[in-house]
Amino acid sequence: MDKTKHYRWLIALWLLMTSSMAGADWWDVNLREGVTAISRDVYDLHMTIFWVCVVIGVIVYGVMFVSMVLHRKSRGVQPATFHENTHLEIIWTVIPVLILIAIAWPATTTLRDMYDSGDSTLDIKVTGYQWKWQYTYVNDDPAKEVEFMSNMLTPPDEIENRAAKREYYLLDVDNPLVIPTDTRVRFLITSEDVIHSWWVPDFAIKKDAIPGFVHTAWTIVEEPGMYRGQCAELCGRDHAFMPVVVRAVPPDEYETWLAEQQAEARQEYETMEKEWTREELMAKGEEVYTQSCANCHKANGEGIPPAFPPLTGGELTTGPIEGHADIVLNGKSGTAMQAFGNQLSAAELAAVITYERNALGNSVGDMIQPKKVNEMLSRAE
Amino acid sequence: MSAVIEEYHHDHQHGPDKGILRWVLTTNHKDIGTLYLWFSFLMFLLGGSLAFVIRAELFQPGLQIVDPGFFNQMTTMHGLIMVFGAVMPAMVGLANWLVPMMIGAPDMALPRMNNFSFWILPFAFSMLVSTLFMEGGGPNFGWTFYVPLSTTYGPPSTTFFIFAIHLMGVSSIMGAINIIATILNMRAPGMTLMKMPLFVWTWLITAYLLIAVMPVLAGAVTMMLMDIHFGTAFFDAAGGGDPVLFQHIFWFFGHPEVYIMILPAFGVVSQIIPTFARKQLFGYDSMVYATASIAFLSFIVWAHHMFTVGMPIAGELYFMYATMLIAVPTGVKVFNWLATMWQGAMTFETPMLFAIAFVILFTIGGFSGLMVALVPADFQYHDSYFVVAHFHYVLVPGSVFSIMAAAYYWLPKWTGNMYDETLGKLHFWLSFIGVNVAFFPQHFVGLAGMPRRIPDYALQFADYNMISTVGAFLFGFSQLLFLFIVIKCIRGGEKASDRVWEGAHGLEWTIPSPAPYHSFNTPPRDLSDAHS
Amino acid sequence: MATEQSYETYYVPHKSWLPIFASLGLFLTVYGGGHILNDMTAGEAHSSGTWILLAGGLITAVTLFSWFRKVIEEDHARLYSAQMNRTYVWSMWWFIFSEVMFFAAFFAALFYIRYYVVGWLGGEGERGPTDMLWPEYTPEWPMLNTPDPAKYPGAKEAMGPWGLPLINTIILVSSSVTVTFAHHGINENKRKKLINWLAVTVLLGVLFLAFQVYEYYHAYTAMGLTLNAGIYGTTFFMLTGFHGAHVTLGTIMLLVMLIRAMKGHFTADNCFGFEASVWYWHFVDVVWLGLFLFVYIMGS
Repeated sequence: MDKTKHYRWLIALWLLMTSSMAGADWWDVNLREGVTAISRDVYDLHMTIFWVCVVIGVIVYGVMFVSMVLHRKSRGVQPATFHENTHLEIIWTVIPVLILIAIAWPATTTLRDMYDSGDSTLDIKVTGYQWKWQYTYVNDDPAKEVEFMSNMLTPPDEIENRAAKREYYLLDVDNPLVIPTDTRVRFLITSEDVIHSWWVPDFAIKKDAIPGFVHTAWTIVEEPGMYRGQCAELCGRDHAFMPVVVRAVPPDEYETWLAEQQAEARQEYETMEKEWTREELMAKGEEVYTQSCANCHKANGEGIPPAFPPLTGGELTTGPIEGHADIVLNGKSGTAMQAFGNQLSAAELAAVITYERNALGNSVGDMIQPKKVNEMLSRAE
Repeated sequence: MSAVIEEYHHDHQHGPDKGILRWVLTTNHKDIGTLYLWFSFLMFLLGGSLAFVIRAELFQPGLQIVDPGFFNQMTTMHGLIMVFGAVMPAMVGLANWLVPMMIGAPDMALPRMNNFSFWILPFAFSMLVSTLFMEGGGPNFGWTFYVPLSTTYGPPSTTFFIFAIHLMGVSSIMGAINIIATILNMRAPGMTLMKMPLFVWTWLITAYLLIAVMPVLAGAVTMMLMDIHFGTAFFDAAGGGDPVLFQHIFWFFGHPEVYIMILPAFGVVSQIIPTFARKQLFGYDSMVYATASIAFLSFIVWAHHMFTVGMPIAGELYFMYATMLIAVPTGVKVFNWLATMWQGAMTFETPMLFAIAFVILFTIGGFSGLMVALVPADFQYHDSYFVVAHFHYVLVPGSVFSIMAAAYYWLPKWTGNMYDETLGKLHFWLSFIGVNVAFFPQHFVGLAGMPRRIPDYALQFADYNMISTVGAFLFGFSQLLFLFIVIKCIRGGEKASDRVWEGAHGLEWTIPSPAPYHSFNTPPRDLSDAHS
Repeated sequence: MATEQSYETYYVPHKSWLPIFASLGLFLTVYGGGHILNDMTAGEAHSSGTWILLAGGLITAVTLFSWFRKVIEEDHARLYSAQMNRTYVWSMWWFIFSEVMFFAAFFAALFYIRYYVVGWLGGEGERGPTDMLWPEYTPEWPMLNTPDPAKYPGAKEAMGPWGLPLINTIILVSSSVTVTFAHHGINENKRKKLINWLAVTVLLGVLFLAFQVYEYYHAYTAMGLTLNAGIYGTTFFMLTGFHGAHVTLGTIMLLVMLIRAMKGHFTADNCFGFEASVWYWHFVDVVWLGLFLFVYIMGS
């Protein structure tokens, strides 16, 4: 038999692997070091265990290849007859145990650091939805509580290959989470529907968002910048399309940003109180519809039956307005229709309900005020 | 009454019936083994076709071929079919064929129940696969079916998925009871436990694992069924339950399940390497103890699949330490195989090539397994493609390669003909290259941050996904060559001797090739060759 | 280990229609059942599911009956050896072990909920911040008030141990004693003793089930304790319900053994079917003691 042929195959494979590796950026093939003390510890741990594996691998495979070259029948060797050696067996049981202890040590220290959350100066609630993230800057004063949705920005045209894919394809959002650098930030992670997982590789944070429970994680980011990750737990159809983007800014910049947001939140609060005209509601409604509803119910309201029913001439959209509002606010269990009560502001909800009844081929003629929606929301709580 | 006895005794000496009914009505362990193996191969091709859909979609970024919802059904069904339809039945098929021959028994202990165990599977998988054509589509929540995605948010076909799991559980439990009863009760006189071939040992322990954990899986899916249809609150915090409870129960099944798929593979490799090294297996006793230790550890490490679910630190540390311990008995096994090869007189026929590739590539899976055991690092690896690479390395060049090694090794005994060695080697090299090209790059994209179970990905992952897809197709299509080789071998070829391989030891090699329909109607008296 | 003599006569049955029909029966049962459940949850009228279920159940029942009859015939034809008996004994024990593991899953769920989840929902431990989602909830066991009473109404009271459950405990423990008397009957070749004590055991089993039905009725009508009352109702009904199903199965097994005993089956050294039923009955009894302790006494 011609053995050299096999070696050639192996060499070709090796060359293929290494050449493709050489062509790539190191960051494309390895873990990121990240921008926190913890993430660097994790990176060091990763590299330690990696090199330990490489060394063991070289020894084990080395012995194996030597054996395959030397101890082959075609060389005319006679097989030995030994089949046990207590000393050897003890050695190769004890040495791995020692290696494991040596690795367990840094792993344990790093884990303890991760769990030592200390006092955080900033609490941010992270809520997973199918398929977007909501960020709430927890504040005892509800009027000062900043809360927004973070949706993926990549347009369907890019995903469906009708337009060229730009930088940060699938990794860009409309409203990134903004946090101050050099500050201990605590994340309170939960979900409104299925399990999601909030993952920012540069912080070495991955924590499952479990409906009905709140899990915590914390970080101190050292460098300003945009940090991108993705939902890591299968959460349904658009699991691939709910990126996590965090913008870390210096503390003073953060304060300015927060003040703006709080002012906006107050404005939002006030707009809820005022009486809206139909035109205002319809204009805002169209905007909200396109962003939040058109994915399933389609831009013209025809839907994708049977999973996503048409809104044009629909039983709900042309029936009593309270019933219609109830479904939009609270969702419909057992179907894909989510509860939007927590996701949109009262004004947005009122606008989109009004829009659905007076556009998309419907002309019921009535409308609902944000104030009324707010009443419905607080009643539900 | 005497007429009855005569009838039975008369039938006892029969060879196989003709036609399809032979397979439907059979009680013969070899027939049933064959049924299991063909069923498994069919499922392997089906699961592989689903993998083709997945890899084709991932060839380039963007959505080209399938809808994301359908993609999720593909990943789910691929996992379920490969685990429950391909690997497990293949191992059971090998046990059916080999255990009675290796221990000198006339057949399995309960031959009719044996056939029952098999025939449940085609029904169960028909039902499972038919969910793809039901309204709302098939299961789309991953093979781990985490709640509430699989309960409140699951498609209506979930009910049938649950019942399919129940049926598979019934089949597995009966099959495992049969194997245990056979091994404990049907050994030829003089074959003590510590004289059994290692394949028999690994299956004894595997069967024990099956009986211990399949009912737990049945419990988990039953809780889901109740939550879906009867308003119970097992997995809903609003009623005092917890979605994480599901994961604990699932993985209490799931981790031993991993060893159910790999322990018989250890057994196969422990039969093959000594044969082609022409040297007795090194450290038989420690192999047995290592297998038992791995089985024991498999029960106490389940939550290492759930490091990110917010467990208290004590839990995380305990599961990390316990998991790391598994490296010790696994290492012992690898070192023993190495020592068996050392100073042997090796030849490299196809079964040996697959067995050696198993040792090398399974060890790579073991290394990445050690990496994901470390909690802080696992926060980065978890649910990324690194994990996909890890478990495909232990399952494909692990379990699947061992099954192929076993097929080549025992085919001459089963069919009486030698397979085509040249084609066998070609099949090996194509599979070996395909598997590495498919799965090695997945380590890289995983480390670089690509989550698993996504139909579309960010641009920096594009190159390696393309390579991976090429490898997957190479590996997949190579299996058609395997099919060809097996059929060719069944239809004819160079006649195999009884011993088949120069260095083979064990009772199965003392009977003619092909093995007669009933191999040991009376127990063999000479056991000198029973032990490899 | 086996003597050579017994080894050589190990009976290997010839081809059989039983397995394929048993598989078909099982399949039709769950397939029909699946349709019924889906229709029920979707609020639709029952479709063909009922008929498929009935057909499947019938095929399964007839097949199982024929299967057991066949085995008994083969036994009476003296085709079985002592070794075959050991196969049956091993198999029965491993089957009971699998049942133990099934219950273990439900007991584990109970312990996990009780000792971890209740605290987390109430604001303790690693997942303590969870209480920000359920500000109204106070942790307690048994959980009579759920975190979201609108979805899971909770129960008015928990099921106390000292009424019917205590009586049922006494019934089941006594039945384990009576079945042992029956076992003695067979060992002493006193068929009358066997039959009488077996009959008493079956009656106790039926009585236990009757009391349990009454207990469920009382729970639903008077205590507001239902399947969807929240996790307390869930664990209570699922654990006791699956146990009840096993008592039913055990009672049927013992009933069949009673009929066989009356037909003159079993001798002191050949009574595997009877013994297997007895082991199963003891297993059911032990599970009940676990339930009585963990669900009733510690759960109220």
